[in-house]
Amino acid sequence: MSDASPPIAPPGAGAALVTAADLAVGYSAAPVLTGVSFALHAGERIGVLGPNGGGKTTLFRALLDELRPLAGELRLAVRAGTVPQTERSRLDFPVSALDVALMGTIAGRPWWRRPGRAERAAAHAALRRVGLDALAERSFGELSGGQRQRVLVARALVQDARIVLLDEPFTGLDNVSAQRLEQLLDELAAEGRGVLIATHDVDQARAWDQVLCLNRRQVAFGPPAQTLTLDVLAATYGRSIVTLPQDGGERLAILPPHHHDHDH
Amino acid sequence: MLDVLTEPFSAGIMQRALLEILILGAVGGALGCWIVLSELSYGAESLAHGMFPGLVVAALAGVPLLLGGAVGILVAALAVALAGRIPGIGRDNSVAVVVTTLFGLGALLALSPDVPPGIQGLLFGDILGTTEGDLIAGAALAAGLLVALRLMHWRLLAVGFDRSSARAVGASPLVADAVLLTLLAVAVLVAVQGLGNLLVVAVLVAPAAAARLLCRRLLPMMVAAVAIAVAAGIAGLYLSYYAKVAAGASVAGLMVAAYLLARLGALVASARA
Repeated sequence: MSDASPPIAPPGAGAALVTAADLAVGYSAAPVLTGVSFALHAGERIGVLGPNGGGKTTLFRALLDELRPLAGELRLAVRAGTVPQTERSRLDFPVSALDVALMGTIAGRPWWRRPGRAERAAAHAALRRVGLDALAERSFGELSGGQRQRVLVARALVQDARIVLLDEPFTGLDNVSAQRLEQLLDELAAEGRGVLIATHDVDQARAWDQVLCLNRRQVAFGPPAQTLTLDVLAATYGRSIVTLPQDGGERLAILPPHHHDHDH
Repeated sequence: MLDVLTEPFSAGIMQRALLEILILGAVGGALGCWIVLSELSYGAESLAHGMFPGLVVAALAGVPLLLGGAVGILVAALAVALAGRIPGIGRDNSVAVVVTTLFGLGALLALSPDVPPGIQGLLFGDILGTTEGDLIAGAALAAGLLVALRLMHWRLLAVGFDRSSARAVGASPLVADAVLLTLLAVAVLVAVQGLGNLLVVAVLVAPAAAARLLCRRLLPMMVAAVAIAVAAGIAGLYLSYYAKVAAGASVAGLMVAAYLLARLGALVASARA
């Protein structure tokens, strides 16, 4: 992969990378998420919104083929790459940033072959793209939260994943890191990759191409400007949403999870 | 001075013991790193203890220990897997119950009147009793294990690093688990000959745990673990020769001492920093 990869496909064109039709997923026979119908095309960024327990992670697990659909259909044109939450990976694991990027070469080579010169070059190129080649030999656990997210983006780039899933990638990032990551996501989409981002930040999702609102079922899907209405947000976040008076209108605010009244 | 070093190894017994230490060190050090990183130490101990009846039956029936040990490990692994499914008492507890039961069963058989002498070799190992056949079988199993570790390296790394996303990069956690457990069974089988049922865990855990304190990358950690295991093993042979103490216990004890030393070194280093 070169530093300036040509677009894989023109944005929004051609067949969908992901299609879900009335999809239901869950861990046992009882689904925890139902009625999901959306499509992800090349070059699109879809923000996946919803409260904790609303089904964002469950949907991602289905997209990663860890959960089978209980009903409906889920089709992926190619295998998805993923940028998991780094709190879940072992920060004390003895690997460097380069090692993590090299994990992206596993699927692409026969199982008896070790990563060679070409694979190492691809891993370095991907780290350079996310601005971290200087830290290639640094231990993964010693990197900052934003840097770890970018190393995992580099791993997805090495995989040349055309579908990239990001699970709450902005959680715990400072402003500079968040901006840098946001810019990187824009670049991935501009190259013709399809990007799905689970987030808590409604305002951030307004800048993306589509939003998918989940609260144990699909509440809405569409372009943010038309989709993120007060009704949709209220149905998505339930009681944890409040309106705040603001100059020239009202502003929505979503209370952090520990603020709600738990009625279970 | 040189005589002090070479004299113990003038006899065939000690030469074979030395080769056995090299095999044990390579297996224990290399696989031990994965055991420590995957937090499989308790599983290693369970398998080693749970296989005891298999060893005793083999000794009673006069069949090779390797065979008895293999059957014993299979039975123990099955029993542990089934016990893990018992609802309500927790996985660790059910495993402990199964392993203790199996170990007790082995002890019961071992204490029966018609047991041949040398049954304690099953518990504490008989590194000085290593035969040429033991060495050949051990070396073959060790070679297979090292090749498997090398082939599976990146997949094991991806799964150990982050299970939840390993599949997305093409590494199946299920396969990685199965490979590690199989190799663990092979390693226990190799090491139980020299160190016995009760001490085998020392070589599988202590050198790797020590190496982990000293190294920041996996490959150096594996090299260090093998070096620590072999060094402690050879030192154990000297100790046993000159102090006239049990060889297996000396080897196991020095491996644990190496860990304590590394811990102390890490503490001193962090206090200085």
